[in-house]
Amino acid sequence: MLAGLGLAALAVAAEVRPPQDYLSPTLRAQQDDPSRHPGWLWVDEGEALWRRGDPSCQSCHGDIAGMAGVAARYPVVAQDGALLNLEGRIERCRMRHQGQPAIGYESEALLSLTTAVASRSRGLPMSVAVDGPAAAFLEQGRTLYETRQGQLNLACGQCHDDNAGRRLRGDVISNGLGTGFPAYRLEWNGVGSLHRRLRACQLGVRATQFELGAPEYTALELFLAHRARGLPVEAPGLRR
Amino acid sequence: MLLLPGAPGLAQVAPYSVTGDAIEAPLEDLAGDAARGAAVTRNRETANCLICHAIPDTREPFMGDIGPPLAGVGSRLTEGQIRLRLVDPTRLNPDAVMPPYHRVAGLTRVDERFRGQPVLTAQEIEDVVAFLATLKDRKE
Ligand code: HEC
Ligand code: HEC
Ligand code: HEC
Repeated sequence: MLAGLGLAALAVAAEVRPPQDYLSPTLRAQQDDPSRHPGWLWVDEGEALWRRGDPSCQSCHGDIAGMAGVAARYPVVAQDGALLNLEGRIERCRMRHQGQPAIGYESEALLSLTTAVASRSRGLPMSVAVDGPAAAFLEQGRTLYETRQGQLNLACGQCHDDNAGRRLRGDVISNGLGTGFPAYRLEWNGVGSLHRRLRACQLGVRATQFELGAPEYTALELFLAHRARGLPVEAPGLRR
Repeated sequence: MLLLPGAPGLAQVAPYSVTGDAIEAPLEDLAGDAARGAAVTRNRETANCLICHAIPDTREPFMGDIGPPLAGVGSRLTEGQIRLRLVDPTRLNPDAVMPPYHRVAGLTRVDERFRGQPVLTAQEIEDVVAFLATLKDRKE
């Protein structure tokens, strides 16, 4: 018996609202105000890194302002068929174009660069390609999203569709989108990636977590990005 | 991927039979203790009921509202009905959000630290049943 596959309720899910709509008024105002949002320290650090190195990111890409709109299109399928999120793309540039070793998922340097690049798409509508080679990844992500998992036997949508707006302990459940990531989370006392947040949700239902950067999470990230189509990029988000 | 419980796990789940929407007999014939059950219900590491439910206790901070408030549940439901809802609510509603607290079969990708074990033991289930049975409507 395979429990919980194909939750019929998901098909009739109510509208998907941006994460900022679920924030407390205080956090929402703080997220909108760079002077009161510690996530912008990571943006500053990322912009400094952008200009550093030999060759620097800047020497190929020009001013980081040119990265506007990129985060709204990610994850994408690269020419070699791999699905890359922004972190994965930046790591590739490090290794292939800068000849450096990988910086490592969740390292401060990769988080800073990713946050700086993503911040250039703030307010722009999400629009990922899900046709062609991306279609199979989208389905993989959808299956993960809709399958009950863990000892507590819950699928993502049972919280993020069926119970959005309700309280889980002190949290108001949002629609579970990735548009605010990398995000500064007060609980983390720093900026973290979407994959780190996904690990927390899996831990919550006592499921086996995937590694940071795992292809399973990147496929899920594509599904979440597609769910968020048309909604604004919020990165760097501010979360409790 | 479907993880089938190993024999040791199965041994940790008490056998039971369902009559209508209830498990009438206490698991393993154990007697529940309401005070212990209150502690299990409040425990934020294991059962974590209050992440989703409110109990009538104004001193408890941050109670969730995913599930119905548990005030009066002892008047609404019999002990047997409560028992089934704790053991495995998907037997009543395949889309249930409430986790199965005494089941190991048919779960997917369970963290290996918990694999083959139910969230609550038979004794803990009986303790929680005993506690919830005390949550009567005020008028009674
Ligand atoms: C030597 C040239 C070079 C350097 C240095 C370089 N990149 Fe790239 N970058 C590219 C090329 C070429 C692409 C297009 C995809 C590819 O072929 O890898 C790209 C693609 C990207 C993209 C995706 C853009 C899109 O529209 O999809 C991002 C984001 C990016 N680079 C960030 C960085 C960052 C951050 C650094 C520094 C850590 C960096 N790059 C360093 C050459 C470079
Ligand atoms: C038991 C309930 C529950 C389940 C199941 C669950 N989550 Fe979450 N999730 C939460 C809560 C609570 C938060 C924090 C509040 C919020 O932002 O929604 C959260 C946050 C998130 C966020 C961050 C949203 C933001 O803007 O900060 C994402 C993304 C997310 N979840 C995705 C998922 C995915 C994908 C799954 C399945 C693998 C999943 N969640 C499973 C409860 C859950
Ligand atoms: C992840 C959320 C969640 C957790 C954790 C949870 N419940 Fe529930 N509970 C629900 C929901 C939702 C319902 C309504 C039925 C459904 O959809 O599953 C419910 C129903 C019930 C009912 C039936 C109430 C009625 O009036 O019909 C009882 C009793 C109950 N829960 C007790 C508990 C106890 C005790 C615990 C902890 C051992 C617990 N629940 C943990 C979500 C939860």
